[in-house]
Amino acid sequence: MLAVEALVMEIGRGARAERVLRGVSLTLEPGEVVGLVGESGAGKSMIGRVVLGVAPPAARVVSGSVRFFGEDLLAISERRRRALLGAEIALIPQDPMSALNPVLRIERQITDVMRLHLGLGRRAGRARALELLEAVRVANPARVLRQYPHELSGGMRQRVLIAIAFACRPKLIIADEPTTALDVTVQRQVLRLMRDMQRSAGSGVLFISHDLGVVAKLCNRVSVMHAGRVVESGPVADVVERPQHPYTRALLAATPRYDRPAEALVPVPAELSRRLWDEARALDGR
Amino acid sequence: MSPLRYLLTRLALAPPTLLGVAIIAFVVLRVVPGDPIAMMTPPGAIEADVARLRALYGLDRDILTQFAIWIGAVPQGDFGTSISLRADVLGLVAHALPATIELCLMAILIAILAGGSLAVLGAWRRGAVEAAIDAAIAVVQAIPDFLWALILVLAAVLLAGTVDLPISMRVDPRLELDNATRFLLAEHLLRGRFDVVADLLAHIVLPAAALALPLTAVIARVLKASLVEAMAQDYVLMARVKGHSRAAIILGHALRNALVPTVTLTGVQFTFLVGGTVLVEKIFSYPGIGWLAIDAVINRDLPLIQGLVLTFAALFILVNLLVDLSYALLNPRLRHG
Repeated sequence: MLAVEALVMEIGRGARAERVLRGVSLTLEPGEVVGLVGESGAGKSMIGRVVLGVAPPAARVVSGSVRFFGEDLLAISERRRRALLGAEIALIPQDPMSALNPVLRIERQITDVMRLHLGLGRRAGRARALELLEAVRVANPARVLRQYPHELSGGMRQRVLIAIAFACRPKLIIADEPTTALDVTVQRQVLRLMRDMQRSAGSGVLFISHDLGVVAKLCNRVSVMHAGRVVESGPVADVVERPQHPYTRALLAATPRYDRPAEALVPVPAELSRRLWDEARALDGR
Repeated sequence: MSPLRYLLTRLALAPPTLLGVAIIAFVVLRVVPGDPIAMMTPPGAIEADVARLRALYGLDRDILTQFAIWIGAVPQGDFGTSISLRADVLGLVAHALPATIELCLMAILIAILAGGSLAVLGAWRRGAVEAAIDAAIAVVQAIPDFLWALILVLAAVLLAGTVDLPISMRVDPRLELDNATRFLLAEHLLRGRFDVVADLLAHIVLPAAALALPLTAVIARVLKASLVEAMAQDYVLMARVKGHSRAAIILGHALRNALVPTVTLTGVQFTFLVGGTVLVEKIFSYPGIGWLAIDAVINRDLPLIQGLVLTFAALFILVNLLVDLSYALLNPRLRHG
C-alpha cells in the first residue's frame, strides 16, 4: 500500500544543505501496523511529513519515491493530495494541546473532515461524530461536541484527535508520537484505544515513536532509524528478541521495561552514536 | 467575571471617568492663554463693556465657582450656551454628532475591509505580492490622516470630469430632505431613498478614506503578522492534513485566531481615528463635531469646547467597551474565565 523507496532528503540549499534522510526504504500493507523508532533527529517524523505532503518548505527531496497504492505522492497535484488527505491518509499528531483549533468547537473539528470528504450534512455529521466519540470512549460525547479544546484534558483531546483521524476510515494513518505528550497512565489507555480503532477500521498505521517498548506492544513490524538511515528492520518479535544491529541493542538497553525494573538503564554509548553518524555522513558522498 | 457583570462594572466606571475629563478640560481651558471675550469684542472696545460681558458669562468668578455652576447644570442636560454661536451647546453637539458617528463608522468599515483583504492576500501569496503589500503598508501608514485628506482633495480636483466626487459638505443642499434624525445615511438607507444615499456616500467617501487609510495600514500589518503566525501552528497543519484548501484554512481556521491581537490594536487606533475627525472634517467642511471643535477652539468658546471634550471622551469610553466585549466573542477561553 505504502512504499517508500531509497528516499533522500535535505534541508536547505547548496553547500549549507543538511541531509535529513539518507536512502530510507520501508513498506506498509493494508491493516498493518509498522513502527518507526529512533532518537530525536533520526528523521522519523520527516518521513511522516513527506507522506502527508506537509514537509517544511526548506526540505527538498533529492531522490527516491513515495508511492501510495502505486500513485507517486511526490508528483501528485495539490488537488489530488487534498482529496487523499483526511479521506485516505490521516494524521494523529504528537501534541494534543496544540493540534486542536482553540476557537472552534469540537463538533466542527470532527465533522469538517467528514463534510469535506463524505459530503455529510450537519445532522448526519453530528450523528457520526457522536458515534466516533463513543468509539474513542469519551464520556458524555454530546457535551464534548459543544465544548472548546481548552475545556478538555490532554488525554481527552488525544481521543478527539484519534476520532478525527479515523472519521473517514482512512487506509493509512500516520501516528507521529501520539502518546509522547501524555502522562503514562493515559498513554496506555490511548495506545489500547488506537489498537482497537485500527483493528475495527482495518487501517494501516505508520507508528512513529522514540519508545521501542511501546512499538513492541503495538506493531507487527518495526524499522529502527538513526541519522536518516534505517539501520535495522523486521518483525517486531525478531528485532526485539534478536537485535542484529548494535544501535538496536543499545536502544533496547535504554528502554524501560516493566519486567526488569531492577536493571539499570544504559544510555546509547556516545562512541557508538559518533561512529554511526560518521558512517551516515560518509554516504552523502561529499 | 461574567460578561454581564463585566459590562456593568465598566458602565459604572464611565461617570467618574467623564467627571475627571470634565475637571481636566475645565482647568486646562482656563489656564491656557486666550480669552473668549477678547475674541468676540472688536479691538478698542470700552473697558466697562468688556467687564459687563465677563460678568454676563460668569468669567469674573473664581474657577471653583465657575466649575460648580457648570457642573451643577449638567445633570439637567444644560451644558451652557456657546459663546461664539450663541446657541445651546447640547443642541449643537446633538446636531453634529450623528454626522461624525456615520463618518467614523464608514471609515472603520473601509479600514476593516481594505486592511483585512490586504492581510489575507499577503498571507495567502507569500513572496513578491507580500513584499509589495508590505511596502504599500509602510507608505500608507507613514502619512497622517489630515495629509491624506489634502492628498484626496487634490486627487478629486485632478480627477474632476472623470470621477466627480464632492470635496465639501455632507449632502448636496439642493436635495429635498425631510429627515427625522441626523443620521442621514442610516435613515435614508432604511427609507429606501437611494438617490439621497448615493449623494451621501459620494460626500462621505473621501473624508472616510482619509481617516481610514492609516488604520487600514495598521490592520493589514498586524493581521497579516498574526495570520502568518497562526499559519505555523499545529492546528493549521491539522487542517491541512484534513484536506482543506488554503483559502478554507486561512478564512476558516487561522483568521479567527489571528483576529484577537488585531481587534486590540484596532480599538486603540479607532480612538485616534475619532480624534482625527477634528482636522479631516475641517478640511472637507463636513459638519460634524470635529468641524465644530476647530471653530470652538479658535474662538475660545469655553462651554462648547467643554461639551465637545466630554462628547469625545464618551465616544472613547464606548469604543473601548465595544473592543473589550468583542474579545469575549472572539476568544472562547475568555468567556469562561
